[in-house]
Amino acid sequence: MKKTTRIILSIAAIAVLLAVLLFLQANERDYGMVITIIEKSAIYAVVAVSMNLLNGFTGLFSLGQAGFMAIGAYTFSILAIPASSRASVYYATGINPIIEHAELPIPLAMIAGGLMAALFAAVIGFPILRLKSDYLAIATLGFSEIVRAIIASPQMNTITNGSFGLKKIPEFPNLLTVILVAAICIAIMVLLINSSYGRAFKAIREDEIAAEAMGIGLLHHKQTAFIISSFFAGIGGAMLARFMRSIDSNTFKIALTYDILLIVVIGGMGSVTGSVLAAFLVTASKEQWLRFFDEPLVIGGVSVPFFKTGLRMVVFSVLLMVVVLFFRRGIMGQNEFTWEGLFGLFKKIPNLFKGKKKKEAI
Amino acid sequence: MSLNVFLQHCLTGISLGGAYALIAIGYTMVYGILRLINFAHGEIFMIAGYFMIFATANFGWAVGIPVTLIATVVLGVVVERLAYKPLREAPRMSIMISAIGVSYLLQNLTTYLFTALPKPYPEIPILKQIYNIGGLSASLVTFITPILTIILVFILVYIINHTKIGMAMRAVSKDFETSRLMGIKINKVISTTFVIGSALAAVGSILYFTDRMSVTPFSGTLPGLKCFVAAVIGGIGSVPGAVVGGFIIGICETMMIALGYSTFSDAFTFVLLIIMLLFRPTGIFGEKTIDKV
Amino acid sequence: MSENLLHVENVTMQFGGVVAVNNFSMDINKGEIVALIGPNGAGKTTAFNVITGVYAPTNGSVSFDGEEIICNFPKGKMKKLYAGENNGVYTRTIEKTPDKITKLGMARTFQNIRLFKNLTVFENILIAKHLREKANVFTSTFRLNLAEEKKMKDECNELLDILGLTDVKNDIASSLPYGQQRHLEIARALATRPKLLLLDEPAAGMNPQETIELTQFIRQVKDKFDLTVFVIEHHMDLVMDISDRIYVLDFGKMIATGTPDEIQNNQAVIDAYLGVQEDE
Repeated sequence: MKKTTRIILSIAAIAVLLAVLLFLQANERDYGMVITIIEKSAIYAVVAVSMNLLNGFTGLFSLGQAGFMAIGAYTFSILAIPASSRASVYYATGINPIIEHAELPIPLAMIAGGLMAALFAAVIGFPILRLKSDYLAIATLGFSEIVRAIIASPQMNTITNGSFGLKKIPEFPNLLTVILVAAICIAIMVLLINSSYGRAFKAIREDEIAAEAMGIGLLHHKQTAFIISSFFAGIGGAMLARFMRSIDSNTFKIALTYDILLIVVIGGMGSVTGSVLAAFLVTASKEQWLRFFDEPLVIGGVSVPFFKTGLRMVVFSVLLMVVVLFFRRGIMGQNEFTWEGLFGLFKKIPNLFKGKKKKEAI
Repeated sequence: MSLNVFLQHCLTGISLGGAYALIAIGYTMVYGILRLINFAHGEIFMIAGYFMIFATANFGWAVGIPVTLIATVVLGVVVERLAYKPLREAPRMSIMISAIGVSYLLQNLTTYLFTALPKPYPEIPILKQIYNIGGLSASLVTFITPILTIILVFILVYIINHTKIGMAMRAVSKDFETSRLMGIKINKVISTTFVIGSALAAVGSILYFTDRMSVTPFSGTLPGLKCFVAAVIGGIGSVPGAVVGGFIIGICETMMIALGYSTFSDAFTFVLLIIMLLFRPTGIFGEKTIDKV
Repeated sequence: MSENLLHVENVTMQFGGVVAVNNFSMDINKGEIVALIGPNGAGKTTAFNVITGVYAPTNGSVSFDGEEIICNFPKGKMKKLYAGENNGVYTRTIEKTPDKITKLGMARTFQNIRLFKNLTVFENILIAKHLREKANVFTSTFRLNLAEEKKMKDECNELLDILGLTDVKNDIASSLPYGQQRHLEIARALATRPKLLLLDEPAAGMNPQETIELTQFIRQVKDKFDLTVFVIEHHMDLVMDISDRIYVLDFGKMIATGTPDEIQNNQAVIDAYLGVQEDE
């Protein structure tokens, strides 16, 4: 395929996407649910790509994403909740005078959230990045729980509002803003992945010892990947705070990290487009497509007994296990979306129906 | 804090530590053999709680206990066969993700079946009886837990050191590939490991929930992680290490709560973990290994 | 006498109670091809790993191009266990990590090929150029170093061309035939622009024809890039053919050193390889 064809196709696709988004935004009232799902998916996509940067591209199995999201979300919220409504947020214990008047414009507050997460990553990364794969997983998981405990502790009441959580967080003005912020974050990460540093990360993933022998400083590069990943997890946390409008420490349980990890796995470890695609697929199926499993189902006057609250999640987890066990490469493997790949897929589809043996992934 | 109160807390801590120790053994043995953090172990421990609830409701507690043990063992082995065995040749990250997936599935399945509301745990009258020993008063379960733990560990250590299957286990944990070449039936060894781990988790579950009185689909996650931490602190792969680690975590947690830092008690476990990993990543009883280039 | 490039002094490497390398010293001068040989398990690769910074030696020191890169002495548990010689001679600890050592101009290959398997041939080479990059992570991400990036890519293309790997440029490394993977590993090491090239059994698993080709390849590369070469090898044809000097290790101790002719006639070496007939 010619380069110009590819560019035209891409521009066309972006234009169509933009048109759909503008249409949805204009008819906000009618498509409330769809908009909510798209917003949530976009936020998850940012965090998933940030996690993929570590797990898929650098080969570091880290499970600390929820902790860094919490740091980002709280830092953002503390700086962004309008000073006028702070008294009502901290009604129970009062507000710490240091932060009482610290209010930043929203974009700066989001960046501050990311920077704070990155700062924590820099501090804890130095010791724990020396650990081997599964020890690193458990240490980052532990860190995430420590963050949560500290946020919820009574000693932090005047800053994080302890177990009451933070409310009245300024929301996103519209759908397009969410998409724009998400797109910028993901674009920066893609640029990084395709840069010389990104190649060095991949080398570490492929073979640490060989990478080090080729002059790539392991600790320094792992640290870089860890800090950048945490920065974007922090931004993702800030986005989630804006989306939810109120947060507390229970928002950032280990389950959140697992949700993100599963998106990364379904999309394919080491594929940015895979993560983005999976973020939308997983969120949509969890929130909407599999919903009917939770409703009582009546066929021809007989109600099917298994359909009740919770079945949706069971079906979802079974699907997930199928991916983990039989389609280990996920949707995209380590490949990225290309128009050639898409057309190749179209060409393959008729073959599938001819009963030919199916390939594992695209 | 008077001496008496202190000792009382110690007793509670040792008892909690005993239950943790039993669960930690499951982690340490599986890790020793498969190099896998079996994230689903906490959920198996939680489901053992539900098994006990239903078994007791149907057969009374005396029959309920063996039924729970057997059901938990079956569950553990089934999980291994379905979720870990197909990934034997896969990269380690895949198996770990599979373990997380299983834990997710088991949690959602129990939520679906029994709702997320806490279910009351059956009271075993004998275990709940209050005894007074030297000014310390506690229910029988508190006294029994550490003793039972020690007895079970002695039996386990005997099995590992003096039986044929135990020798096979030690061989597999030293070198997976070579022991396969030497004709050891790897799958049998792994199944046995899961049988032992799950059985101990079931015992731990009975002791743990008898004190806590209710079970929810999420009550396995945190104890599970803590027990893994216990296994790491003791030195992963080492059974006595897991026991010592279990007791350390149990006592520390109880003391944190006694001192009024209950919000930090869970986090403290992880602080302990990170400190341990920094200064002695191999744990108290762990051996140092050198990577071949 | 030409200029010294690598100076290894009294290096002992002890794992627990096992002394893998015992009081090993050697020198390599600029422009030489030096070989290290010895029976299986003699400690060759261990010596290699000490020089490249993978293992910290238990005792001893290594200097490269006039700079001391590694120095250590028995510490902690090793104080009691230490069974080597020259205890107490060294008192400093210098442990440069392998990446720093590579930056100084020492590049290596591995006995069991360690390519970046799932990446293309071109990426494998390009990654080895990363260490000479001046851009930091920000300028690199936002493409403010386009000129540098282009130069890196041009150099890689040139290198692939010289080494005859241009045809397979976009192939995945693990899909190459074995012999070509060996060549690629050497190419990757060359991309770091080394002064000293260390080859760990480059001919392992090769048939005689491939070995002859490899011998020529090493010579060619050495002349083209003005290198000094240090090679561990089992194939005596290759070793005797290309080396200027040979060191022989047995049970961790150096038993002989000299030119290929001298080594071929050295009784200690013959005994080490063939065993000694014990008369009773």
